[in-house]
Amino acid sequence: MADVSFDANIAAPAVQSSTDESAPVRIALIALTVFVLALFLVVPLVSIFVQALAMGIGPALSTFRDPEAISAILLTLLVAAIAVPCNLLFGIAAAWAIAKYRFPGRAFLVTLIDLPFSVSPVVAGLVYVLLLGPFTPIGAWLLEDYGVRIIFAVPGVVLATIFVTFPFIARELIPLMQDQGTGDEEAALSLGASGWQTFRHVTLPNVKWALLYGVLLCNARAMGEFGAVAVISGKLRGETVTMPLQIELYYQEFRALAQVSAFSMAAVLAGLALVTLAIKTWLEWRYADQLAATRAGH
Amino acid sequence: MARFRFRQPSIVPGFGLTFGFTVFYLSLIVLIPIAGLFIKTFELDWASFQRIVTGPRFLAALRLSFGASLLAALFNVVVGVLIAWVLVRYRFFARKLLDAIIDLPFALPTAVAGIALTSLYVPSGWIGQLFSPYGITIAYTPVGIWIALVFIGLPFVVRTVQPVLEDFNREVEEAAATLGAPRRTTILRVVAPPLIPAVLTGFSLAFARAVGEYGSVIFIAGNIPRQTEILPLLIVFRLEEREYAAAAAIAAVMLSVSFLILLTINLIQVWSDRRFGNG
Amino acid sequence: MELSIRNVRKEFDRFPALDDVSLDIRSGELIALLGPSGSGKTTLLRLIAGLEFLTSGAILFGDDDASRKSVQERNVGFVFQHYALFRHMTVADNIGFGLKVRPAASRPSSAEIRRRAVELLDLVQLSGLANRYPSQLSGGQRQRVALARALAIEPRVLLLDEPFGALDAQVRRELRRWLREIHDTTGHTTVFVTHDQEEALELADRVVVMSQGQIEQVGTADEVYDSPVSPFVYGFIGDSSALPVRAEYGQLWLADRALGFSESALADGPATLYFRPHDIELTDGCGGCIAGVVVASRRVAGTRRLEIEVGGDRHRVEIELPAGHTAGIGSRVAFRPKRWKAFAGRQEGDTPAPQTEPEPGPALEPLRQPFGAREIMLATGT
Repeated sequence: MADVSFDANIAAPAVQSSTDESAPVRIALIALTVFVLALFLVVPLVSIFVQALAMGIGPALSTFRDPEAISAILLTLLVAAIAVPCNLLFGIAAAWAIAKYRFPGRAFLVTLIDLPFSVSPVVAGLVYVLLLGPFTPIGAWLLEDYGVRIIFAVPGVVLATIFVTFPFIARELIPLMQDQGTGDEEAALSLGASGWQTFRHVTLPNVKWALLYGVLLCNARAMGEFGAVAVISGKLRGETVTMPLQIELYYQEFRALAQVSAFSMAAVLAGLALVTLAIKTWLEWRYADQLAATRAGH
Repeated sequence: MARFRFRQPSIVPGFGLTFGFTVFYLSLIVLIPIAGLFIKTFELDWASFQRIVTGPRFLAALRLSFGASLLAALFNVVVGVLIAWVLVRYRFFARKLLDAIIDLPFALPTAVAGIALTSLYVPSGWIGQLFSPYGITIAYTPVGIWIALVFIGLPFVVRTVQPVLEDFNREVEEAAATLGAPRRTTILRVVAPPLIPAVLTGFSLAFARAVGEYGSVIFIAGNIPRQTEILPLLIVFRLEEREYAAAAAIAAVMLSVSFLILLTINLIQVWSDRRFGNG
Repeated sequence: MELSIRNVRKEFDRFPALDDVSLDIRSGELIALLGPSGSGKTTLLRLIAGLEFLTSGAILFGDDDASRKSVQERNVGFVFQHYALFRHMTVADNIGFGLKVRPAASRPSSAEIRRRAVELLDLVQLSGLANRYPSQLSGGQRQRVALARALAIEPRVLLLDEPFGALDAQVRRELRRWLREIHDTTGHTTVFVTHDQEEALELADRVVVMSQGQIEQVGTADEVYDSPVSPFVYGFIGDSSALPVRAEYGQLWLADRALGFSESALADGPATLYFRPHDIELTDGCGGCIAGVVVASRRVAGTRRLEIEVGGDRHRVEIELPAGHTAGIGSRVAFRPKRWKAFAGRQEGDTPAPQTEPEPGPALEPLRQPFGAREIMLATGT
């Protein structure tokens, strides 16, 4: 509809709608927007790929033959493969409990679930170091009695990643399931379905696109997390270094080839970000009605 | 059957299981670790705590973190409202593409953003070289930090204002016009007020994110103590020096500020629902 | 299947939504629960289904106490107001859902489920739409699918919550006739909730009129229309006019004049006289009648409605005359209701007025005209 009104303005520029700005103002505002977005978003994005290929395609690809790089990629995949399903399970359980029932303190519970978003990633890493580090009672007990190391080891990296991606799926599902109410579930139960059958055949299909949306965002953040993981991993090369950390390690070496490696690995993550954005946009366009209506940031 | 009921009865099964798991997981991952941080802070006696939070290095980092975050969030408010307005009200080539790319800072890992911005703004970088002839350096100065914080906070205001603007009834503007209000008056007196809660929420989110930001800032900041050292970095240094209680104290200060911001956002929401109706 | 509802009470947050409700429903009966919103009719239906839990009382299916049974165990067919069709399933899958989720031992084969679905689609006259999705159907078609889905599990009773509430008037009328046919074919004991009295009176064997969590009256369409047992039923079903009067010496009095209606059942004191505006006869003189001045005259379809100011307190009542009648504004008119009923007290009669003198003031019950309201809705096409 808005498209139509714009066309009408082109066709009859003399008649200006009372609620539109004049053409020069409009064009100036659009130009300013394009300039800001280009400067702050597009140029940095393009520069990553340009610098990855600064010495040609060969050196860029050689990055991925470095054992450290391969180990970082595998660790990143492993961490995401654990953190995302954990938060998926939590997100579904939390959304079910909060959206399908009425009990005191629901709003407060939602606020608590959102809490990790407002905690600095560095602090997120720190809280685990303080709780489970080798110098703490729990950390020492685990290390001495069981030989389990959490901080400065892979389990810590997983924990920190779970923390920073904690709310993604829950906050996607809660408003949607609240909107949907319990009508469909009541219908299924009245037809004789058990609780699990109701969830499996009715609730899950109703929220599947929102679930995918949440998983997508959760995964992007899980693979890209830097601050929390930097604090907790100890940055042991080839052991606890994830892709973002490996980028930092490469970047701090002042060899030209290491710079290319840093940007090559950055390009892979930037590519992942672009794919994430593309699928996200597609989901929003195709299944707008099946995603939560309230979506502010993060 | 006259027992206390926590929740209203419902025929939908599974409350015990899902509620129990939710509270358990939330406590394990979030609440207990955060509580642990505050307990660790209490290991400090008052004098040491005071020494930490009044030390010149801490105060410089505090001023830098909050100052740069404030300036970045304010800039994001101006730019964010502009972008939201243009995306909602005007139709032009590549509008959908721009709309999609707004979320790039959410999707792009912060370390990637950090090295990309740094390499652009160093004196030999694409953008840095435009300024270096005039003796202006951006990277490794507070200006560089500000740029990184603008980058990561850009989507917040856009994404909070956009839906409000989309729902805005054009008839209200037309009504103002029929009542004789000039366009500028209509925008200031009719369009702007309902946007205020969304703008405040977006500002708070961008500010909170900027204060805690680490990955995108440390590359471009240069990390010179008392000049370009941000609070989260100070925590990392304390941690590397094994000054755990000191790290915890700084983190506790930051967390308290985060909680305050979170509270503010919720209050804005409550006020806005009451003042402008829900949705 | 007979249904017996015994002394049922239901509280939400200590607020009673239903208070001591008892009702017996015969096997194969078609029953309407009729009342304004908040009267508890939907709550009662959901209690029968097992979608809500009783606070006290009992619900019996035949001899079987179902009060503590889960919704799955009760085996009821429930049709939801907004259909609650599963939008990711085809029409056939929706209808077959109740069979598909049965335990393996009693689950029919998928071919059998499919066959049942197609059979039910024929019954609800939607043959050939088996592979459509709910979003591809009209409102009336969705309602039919919802009913077929409820019938598929061979329910002991069929429960419908405002089954036609979301449909437009034309479709509603069609589906009403069709539901009656389905009921007569399948013979299910059926209970439906409605706020539309025309729907209730036309469709149901018996109508249960509810108000404020209690049953006001149970009866056939004739009984509730012709012999309302309470001021509420009089006001809620059909048009009615109300006039504040006094009962004294076995007579009804308007101010100091006897109306010529003997009424010995009422105790002396304030009372309200109810009658149907169309059910009156004009009289010439006024010995034992109601007389007043015409203050408004409106032509409504085939009749003329006169608003008449009666007596010294100038209460307004409405009567209906043939369209051709020429009573002008300001002229005097005398009439007597052919049928009437007086209830003790003022207004709806549930709180007898404390004062003994008929006080001026808002003694005239504001006329409730659900019929009129609905006609306006029809005219605007809502």
